[in-house]
Amino acid sequence: MTRVTTETPQRRRKMSQQAIAPWLFLLPASLFFATYVLYPIIQSFYISLFEWNGLYSLQYRGVEGTGFTDLQCLELGNRAGREDGCELTGDTLWNADYVGMENYRTLYTDPFFWTSLKNNVKWLLLYLLAIPAGLFIALFLNQKIAGMRLYKSLFFFPFVLSQVVVGLVFSWFFLPGADDGLLNVLLGKFGIGPFNILGHNSTATYGIIAAGLWPQTAYCMILYLTGLNAVDPEQIEAARLDGAKGPKMLWYVVLPQLWPATFIAIVVTVIGALRSFDLITIMTNGGPGFYNTSVLAFYMYDVALSEFGFRMGYGSAIAVILFLIMMVYIAGFLWKMWRDEKV
Amino acid sequence: MFPRPIQHYPRASQIGYQVMVPIVLLLWLIPLLAVMWFSIKPGEDFTQGNYWNWPENGFSGVQNYWMVFAESDMPRYLWNSVVITVPTMIGAVALSCMTGFALGVYRFKGNLLIFFMFVAGNFVPFQILMVPVRDLTDQMGLYDTRLGLILFHIAFQTGFCTLFMRNFIRALPRELIEAARVEGVSEYRIFWYVVLPLMRPAIAALCVLIFTFVWNDFFWAVVLTQSPESQPVTAGITSFNAQFRAMYHLMSAGSIVAAIPPVAMFFLMQKHFIAGLTLGAVK
Repeated sequence: MTRVTTETPQRRRKMSQQAIAPWLFLLPASLFFATYVLYPIIQSFYISLFEWNGLYSLQYRGVEGTGFTDLQCLELGNRAGREDGCELTGDTLWNADYVGMENYRTLYTDPFFWTSLKNNVKWLLLYLLAIPAGLFIALFLNQKIAGMRLYKSLFFFPFVLSQVVVGLVFSWFFLPGADDGLLNVLLGKFGIGPFNILGHNSTATYGIIAAGLWPQTAYCMILYLTGLNAVDPEQIEAARLDGAKGPKMLWYVVLPQLWPATFIAIVVTVIGALRSFDLITIMTNGGPGFYNTSVLAFYMYDVALSEFGFRMGYGSAIAVILFLIMMVYIAGFLWKMWRDEKV
Repeated sequence: MFPRPIQHYPRASQIGYQVMVPIVLLLWLIPLLAVMWFSIKPGEDFTQGNYWNWPENGFSGVQNYWMVFAESDMPRYLWNSVVITVPTMIGAVALSCMTGFALGVYRFKGNLLIFFMFVAGNFVPFQILMVPVRDLTDQMGLYDTRLGLILFHIAFQTGFCTLFMRNFIRALPRELIEAARVEGVSEYRIFWYVVLPLMRPAIAALCVLIFTFVWNDFFWAVVLTQSPESQPVTAGITSFNAQFRAMYHLMSAGSIVAAIPPVAMFFLMQKHFIAGLTLGAVK
């Protein structure tokens, strides 16, 4: 009996410790994450309803006895600085005008927005080529020969480079002169070209996507190599005994087992496609012409921090659209995770 | 094994395969080889339009690389990248060890919801954060400082790290934790002495990944910094290129220098790097 009575309070303390501990462990990261990620998402939605140049103005108030009221000084805005009847309060005012859905209406009639959106679709569709290409290289390399480890890492290597370096590397590779860029030098040997890939409206976006596919294919390749490593050898042997081989074996026996790898490849490729910003900035800076290679991510940045005055509200509206597109994929991903958790 | 091992094929095919792999590899890396070629050519070759022929007065070798270090802000940019990347790596991994532990070990209401918040946050487009984060950084007086970038990166990378850590801890044997609890070990000590030592491989993998992600970041570098005092090398290289416009030998040497740290990290820690990237690719 006595043992039980001494144990109960201790046990209770233990239980409450177990109830509190997770929250304490979550606290620091949650504060960071809420401040820098979750709350800004809400703020962006809010800012997209305003016209804002990114600035704050000094706040003035009326000086008693001069006939100026606080409201009058407020309405004078920055000109209040020239009136003796107004003085600084020490606070600043958010220099934004509420415009409601106006930014979204402007987007609807903005041709550059539609060009960017169209380019986003091109990116999304063509970027997915990284998946079959990665699978193809993985199948090619899934052998045991001397030096294979090194070959595999060298094939994977482009993924480790920053997109900035990839962009520079490819813009030099695509240099337009017949004797300048290596691509044109090589094509010249076959009597083709030269092409100014990044200089023409019709080809520039494809040139940038090709550059993006280089590291992305490497990533998909490594996913599939890992996946192939875990394919059940007994199933393969059994299928082989049944006479399956080549493409049939791949389609009916191997690919279903590679589904987890394919799923991750789809997720990272879609997100990579929608995030494309670095390559465009480095390779064409949105050109040739006005925003011909722009995508939403690029257009948003260029509008919000434009050289001709910041348009934070309009930029936020573009960001909201991009966010909603991405949200479709995020929701799909979370839904699958949730389903897997249940099992 | 699929495809069928090459050793089961006739000798001729085996040799053919062994010859083909390096050739395909060379084709795959051609754009990079071109840049390496540029980076060791003397500058006068480019002014004379001799891009691809053998240089008349020999290669300049390391001289271009020396110029990059001696005549530009490149060393400063590289140092800024180190100062930004290393604290971010430590901060994000430390925070996510705790979140991963909380979400992976305890069952409580809202666990999955919080976890999904971190996961979803990690996938959002940067642009939806850009205006508020830039404003917040400015308000804190951290615009154009390395600390401003570090704080943001820690917060953002915590999302991915939490996904990683939580799934890793989930896979650990629960009996260990239960046994420690029965012994009356406090929750804090369970974290520090039981779980943390087991997380070493996950910590190593995350460190390499975060190092590479943050080192290679370009978007936030141009949004939150603008001067050589604080810009990391990815953003700095654009001003570097403006300084050496059309001097391809220096620009390409600069790009190679900028790429070396993550590449070195990858080759040194390859196993961890790939284990981290392919998490979830195998059931």
